[in-house]
Amino acid sequence: MSGARYIIAALVAVAAIWEFAVIVTGVPRYILPSVGDVMVAFVNNWSLIGEHLIVTLTEVVLGIVIGTCLGCVTAIQLETSRAARLFLRPILIFSQAIPVFALAPLLTLWLGYGMISKVVMAILIIYFPVTSSFYDGLVNTPKSYLDLATTMGTTKWRQLFLIKVPAAAPSLFSGIRLAAVYAPIGATIGEWVGSSQGLGYLMLLASGRVKIDLMFASLLTLGVMSMGLYAIISVTLGRLSRFNG
Amino acid sequence: MTASVPSITVRGSAGHDGTMLFDGLEMHIGAGQWTCLLGPSGVGKSTLLRLLAGLDTHVDFNGTLETSDGIPLAGRVSYMAQSDLLLPWATICDNVGLGSRLRGEKPNLEKLTKVIADVGLGDHAEKRPGQLSGGQRQRAALARTLMEDTPVVLLDEPFSSLDARTSFDMQELVARHLGRRTILLVTHDPGEAVRLCHRIYILKQGRVDQVESLAPPFPRDFADPEVFARQSALMARIREDTG
Repeated sequence: MSGARYIIAALVAVAAIWEFAVIVTGVPRYILPSVGDVMVAFVNNWSLIGEHLIVTLTEVVLGIVIGTCLGCVTAIQLETSRAARLFLRPILIFSQAIPVFALAPLLTLWLGYGMISKVVMAILIIYFPVTSSFYDGLVNTPKSYLDLATTMGTTKWRQLFLIKVPAAAPSLFSGIRLAAVYAPIGATIGEWVGSSQGLGYLMLLASGRVKIDLMFASLLTLGVMSMGLYAIISVTLGRLSRFNG
Repeated sequence: MTASVPSITVRGSAGHDGTMLFDGLEMHIGAGQWTCLLGPSGVGKSTLLRLLAGLDTHVDFNGTLETSDGIPLAGRVSYMAQSDLLLPWATICDNVGLGSRLRGEKPNLEKLTKVIADVGLGDHAEKRPGQLSGGQRQRAALARTLMEDTPVVLLDEPFSSLDARTSFDMQELVARHLGRRTILLVTHDPGEAVRLCHRIYILKQGRVDQVESLAPPFPRDFADPEVFARQSALMARIREDTG
């Protein structure tokens, strides 16, 4: 069976268990709607869900792009400058000790209810994994490559960009794959805390109006969006890294 | 190759944390000749080679490193290791021209094409190292060394990871192409030392001894009875010395 068939089989199995649980337990629809109810809610509200999906997707993609760029710059700073290592590492570790959930209300207060506070949430949540994985890749460049470069008479920066950065690419790519999974979490937390758009906002709105089927439809859309994003990033990075050893 | 080819003399001792790796070393690496440093694993052969290459060694070297022309070795040395050290993400062409790019120079494309063709990889220039066999990869490493065109070449067991046939072919190829450069070959294979080298040193238990080598021309034919005899004698000497 191919990979796609396994995924479809798993989804069908989950849907069957869900449907079975609803029928057997007789749980009310406003607690747990059936799969059919959720599908109907999705079809009836596809335009509304699509509108909010675009907002969340934009926040997530911007978060991944900006967070990855910032993470790369920081990792290079850490690798090339001892002063940066001494100064930035404690700040980085401290920033990870604070739960992002705790920062969401502050970011909303400072940056408003618009998209910026959600993008910043996504950036904050992916910044550390990207920085950390890329930095690890840079410092773990095989010493033999660096020895060869030394005998060839190179400079520190050429060695960085021609040897270390390509050698660290697989580690960076692992960080970006993690970012693809974490960024939707950051954006959704931001939307829950304060927003007027996005799938997180739609889920809260539906929950408040006891439209649990719409809430589930939004939740499933968020899940599919995250999986799709991860798949696209994963396949693209896989193609880029197929020559890296 | 246009630069002058120096001879190198190394004298001194090296150790770390009170443990002596070698002491009272005196080794002469002849100009335009192959010199072999032979010995079992872990006696410090590669450390000595790294000292010459100007690389970190984690040992304290107390001694002198003199060249016959008085010019320091830095920038005049290229290095071929047991592992081919090809960058897996770069094509063979980019790997061979790596030195130029690392120095910020534009690679000489004509020379690059010729060097790759000379080692028999003309049809593989745009492939990645992962697409080549072990022998082809070592040929690419040789092409990279030829492209550097330095008067001194340090070879750190470059044939030891190859099968017998490929290793033999590579020895012939390297001997033919590196020409009359000053070469230090580190190896633990007495046969390789006898066939290729003008001068043979054995490093063991902290001291370096020069042993008798064959007369030119090199490389000697592998079927030459003299090669067999000298190889056996050398092997007996190593076994006797290492107990």
